[in-house]
Amino acid sequence: MKIMVCPLNGPRPVAEFAYGGEVRRSPDPNTCSDAEWSSYVFNRSGSPGAKYEWWCHIASGFWFVALRDTTRDVVIATFPAEAVRRGLPTPGATVGPAPAISGGAA
Amino acid sequence: MFARHDSLQAGYDVVIIGAGGHGLAAAYYLARDHGIRNVAVLDKGYLGGGNTGRNTTIIRSNYLTPEGVKFYDESVRLWQDLGEDFDLNLFYSTRGHYTLAHTDSAMRTMRWRAEVNKHYGVRSEAVDAAFVKRGIPSIDMTCGGHAPILGALFHEPGAIARHDAVAWGYGRGADRRGVEIHQQTEVTGIRLQGGRVVGVDTTRGPIATSKVLCAVAGFTPRILDMVDLHTPIYVHPLQAMVSEPVKPWLDPIIVSGSLHVYVSQTARGELVMGASLDPYELHATRPTLDFVEGLASHMLDMFPFLSEVKVNRQWAGLADMTPDFAPIMGVTPVEGFYLDAGWGTWGFKATPVCGKTMSHTVATGRNHPLIEGFGFDRFARYQLTGEKGAASVGH
Repeated sequence: MKIMVCPLNGPRPVAEFAYGGEVRRSPDPNTCSDAEWSSYVFNRSGSPGAKYEWWCHIASGFWFVALRDTTRDVVIATFPAEAVRRGLPTPGATVGPAPAISGGAA
Repeated sequence: MFARHDSLQAGYDVVIIGAGGHGLAAAYYLARDHGIRNVAVLDKGYLGGGNTGRNTTIIRSNYLTPEGVKFYDESVRLWQDLGEDFDLNLFYSTRGHYTLAHTDSAMRTMRWRAEVNKHYGVRSEAVDAAFVKRGIPSIDMTCGGHAPILGALFHEPGAIARHDAVAWGYGRGADRRGVEIHQQTEVTGIRLQGGRVVGVDTTRGPIATSKVLCAVAGFTPRILDMVDLHTPIYVHPLQAMVSEPVKPWLDPIIVSGSLHVYVSQTARGELVMGASLDPYELHATRPTLDFVEGLASHMLDMFPFLSEVKVNRQWAGLADMTPDFAPIMGVTPVEGFYLDAGWGTWGFKATPVCGKTMSHTVATGRNHPLIEGFGFDRFARYQLTGEKGAASVGH
């Protein structure tokens, strides 16, 4: 992986990006058990596979989500952060450069 | 050097997954100290081909927590007569180990480590810049002008050794006592019955056993999936590189956390160099140019005269990291499944003591007292063993 496609900035060298870990859902701290909470705090899915991960384009400070195969180091798809608000997106939905941000003056 | 076994037996008293230093050391001490010789050591690759053959061979005990200091000090003690034990030259070479401090806060950590070390009888001292200059006359004390050296933690027993020979020595010692080493034999499943281990499936057929020791470093999460255990272990590659041989000029081992460098010179004259982890999860051992560029530039900050020296090789291993930079060892919630994992970037030096303590744990079914701080259940109890301050470089 030498080039990453940022949903905002398009293809950029991977050195411009910082890894932010896997996209994970927190259990409700008010209702979950101590064991569920400690598992959320510490445990990770350590095995290789295609994982949804947080990445940041450092130069523009833009956080987004990448689906990456951690065995081959290949980015399958990237998504703007809004895409994970209601669950994980499916590959193919928004691959490559994101659609232009609407609503503002171009 | 080793007996060849054409086929697996139907069952063994103990199956050890991973024929690296840790797995072979456990087999050796099981056979030598506990009389358990009906043991198979399985490896999907070849003997010593994982992180045992990929580390930068530094041996030290200047850790931060009492648990860590006692554990690694026992390891350093065991290293001393290992060559004689094996009748094999391990090239064990005591060099002295400097952890350089470039900031006031680093100096404070060095004093802290020195005091914990001395309390447990480990020879470490916080030393000033003049002491460092006397010990390493060729170093640029300003580090290119941007990271002046204020002092260091000096650890006299710091040493290096020939890493391959450690695997060979333990392997041969185990082999001669009846342990079977099966290379190119991948474990594909672990059979459980009522929460207990009853066997393992391999690419060469099934094996019945009631005890499995998992010592597979970066492959640990894949084995844990087979027994449905969850841990904080995450895997990042750790790279290293070696220079062409040059005449001896660097006696001690030098570590700089701020510059992300550790370096020593081997008996052959090569500089063995390492730095921090790769910045993201990956289960492949590809090397990168970023790594060589970054490490070389920091080496030149300390030793500008090396600018004409060539890099001969670079490589990577898969580091099984934990959030507190301490290992995960001993019994697990699955009866008969024992874990020697979470060895991240700090496992080579612990090879002998891991073999000793894990063989005791497997033989008796109870954690050895020296590994109690490293238990599988410490995360659920929020009782971490914080060793990050003693990691070679800030990862």
